[in-house]
Amino acid sequence: MSAPVLQVADLRTYFHTADEPLRAVDGVSFSLERGTTLGIVGESGCGKSITCLSILRLIDRPGRVEPESSIKLGDRDLMELSEAQMRAVRGNEISMIFQEPMTSLNPVWTIGDQIAEAVRLHRGVGRAAARQRAAEMLGLVGIPKPEGRLNDYPHEFSGGMRQRAMIAMALACDPDVLLADEPTTALDVTIQAEILDLLASLQDRLGMAIVFVSHDLGVVAQIADRVIVMYAGQIVEQGDTGRVFSQPRHPYTEGLLRSIPRVTGKAARLTAIAGSVPSARRWPRGCRFHPRCPHAWERCREEPPLLLAADATSRCWLEEEPQRRAVREEAGP
Amino acid sequence: MTARTGAPLLEVRELVKHFPIRSGILGRRRGHLRAVDGVSFEVRRGESVALVGESGCGKSTTARLILGLLKPTAGRVTFDGQNTDELDRAGLMGFRRRAQIIFQDPYGSLNPRMTVGGMLREALRVHGLARGRGAEQRIGELLEAVGLHSDDAGRYPHEFSGGQRQRIGIARALAVEPEFVVADEPVSALDVSVQAQVLNLLADLRERFRLTYLFITHDLSVVRHIADRVAVMYLGRVVELADCESLFANPLHPYTQALLSAVPAVDARGWPERIALSGELGNPADPPPGCPFHPRCPHPAKDERCRSELPELEGGAACHHGS
Repeated sequence: MSAPVLQVADLRTYFHTADEPLRAVDGVSFSLERGTTLGIVGESGCGKSITCLSILRLIDRPGRVEPESSIKLGDRDLMELSEAQMRAVRGNEISMIFQEPMTSLNPVWTIGDQIAEAVRLHRGVGRAAARQRAAEMLGLVGIPKPEGRLNDYPHEFSGGMRQRAMIAMALACDPDVLLADEPTTALDVTIQAEILDLLASLQDRLGMAIVFVSHDLGVVAQIADRVIVMYAGQIVEQGDTGRVFSQPRHPYTEGLLRSIPRVTGKAARLTAIAGSVPSARRWPRGCRFHPRCPHAWERCREEPPLLLAADATSRCWLEEEPQRRAVREEAGP
Repeated sequence: MTARTGAPLLEVRELVKHFPIRSGILGRRRGHLRAVDGVSFEVRRGESVALVGESGCGKSTTARLILGLLKPTAGRVTFDGQNTDELDRAGLMGFRRRAQIIFQDPYGSLNPRMTVGGMLREALRVHGLARGRGAEQRIGELLEAVGLHSDDAGRYPHEFSGGQRQRIGIARALAVEPEFVVADEPVSALDVSVQAQVLNLLADLRERFRLTYLFITHDLSVVRHIADRVAVMYLGRVVELADCESLFANPLHPYTQALLSAVPAVDARGWPERIALSGELGNPADPPPGCPFHPRCPHPAKDERCRSELPELEGGAACHHGS
């Protein structure tokens, strides 16, 4: 594989409120190769969306991407760019699509103008050329008779078409990286399936790398090459999608996989993870998952486990003391 | 879970709801939006039935018609042998106690200025079920039943997490000792680990209080863990009605097949190849003639009859070509 297009190292995004800083993202590192898809999964409040916004440096005060973080796009560190230089990156080299297309499209501008605006801004082409590019992009994302739809307003599009228009806008400048934050969560399953297919085929044709954030493990299993599982602002497990979902190592990943309702096999009672995601204001001491973990022992309550190597799999003391898992499962229900 | 036999507690016959579409300053009627267009099914006592479909298929409107929160354009709803449209004041009050609803959004459906105890106390008082010390004891029992603490009665909704708020919504529905509970997307807003907790709770409560459920959901994977029977809706109609196990093992209607194949499965082994549907859900203000699903239907035998004649729900599926 070629050199990574995006390398994030020790990303920390803290919100500095009156008392303790709120450590929303707390030391996240990953790299992304051209033409591949990285899935980020986790429950709400674990820091997935803040990770994406941090990469684009779209964090407002009192939030701050801490200076020791490094976000490298090719060989440039985005942390060192000025705001004006960042504006040339956003929507051009890295673009983003969001969950709810209706709130991220401007309702009083036509779809065509919104796509053309990005092209004119970043490519410095004229009005007519930008419009033509907009029509071409709408065609590429599968909107029939694209020239005729340029003058439509967002409300004239259905939910699935709006998400297509968002994708057209995000890809209009041929970005290296597409950050997709829950892009299909608001859509019906049949439409979701179409959008996932569309993203995969566009990736084949255009070669961009995708960071795909979702709480839905089924969706990520379908689209991602590699997966990061986040919990409480940290990566707790990472690896190839097939391995993570078939042989999870971290107890949180195991718990998540067991708690999803299945469409195949026998319909049994679901195994829930006890409790809920803690608040970023006070992450638990030691391993952040220990209050909900069925395997936790003394060490987990005291010492936070680390992901030592960059390619380490699971942030869990069981990696060092695997015999603890066996004991527990024999004794367990 | 197996289907229990018994008399239907709820019977829905040829239910229709058309909303007028008005336009212009005079508000002239321009047409009708056929939200629900001839829906019939029944729910037996102790049974759990799921109404499944994508947005705009009419599932939530059907739930609101059943509970009398909307007035049907035609058709009738019979609850425990009585037409709910003909109930007098006292009868209606009784019906509202016996049939309760749990909403999707626990943030939006709880009064932020009322303590949890206050909400439950109000429900008990309105229906004259308990007062004073009796009410306090009952509130404690209800909170324990849904997995909260009796001390939580003095707290406000914002002090709880999403899953806990959904538990409060469930406690409020159960406060009046209903027999029938409509759950409208009860876990859609919750994280997966918490979703499993709430689904298990709903299953336990069903056993414990011998409840009858009508589940409204867009999520087929949830259905399998909660329902005995499933009605799949498309454009205001039931297109397939079957036992849960047979629906998943052998879906008959092409729409059900496509819907099932589109569920993203973590473990795709043994899962059917995805059936791609072209286009989007039809417009309920102008439904296509014939079978409402025909413009998107991938069935190889699709023919003239599909385009002109409305298929009846026979042998489980409303399809001319059964399959």
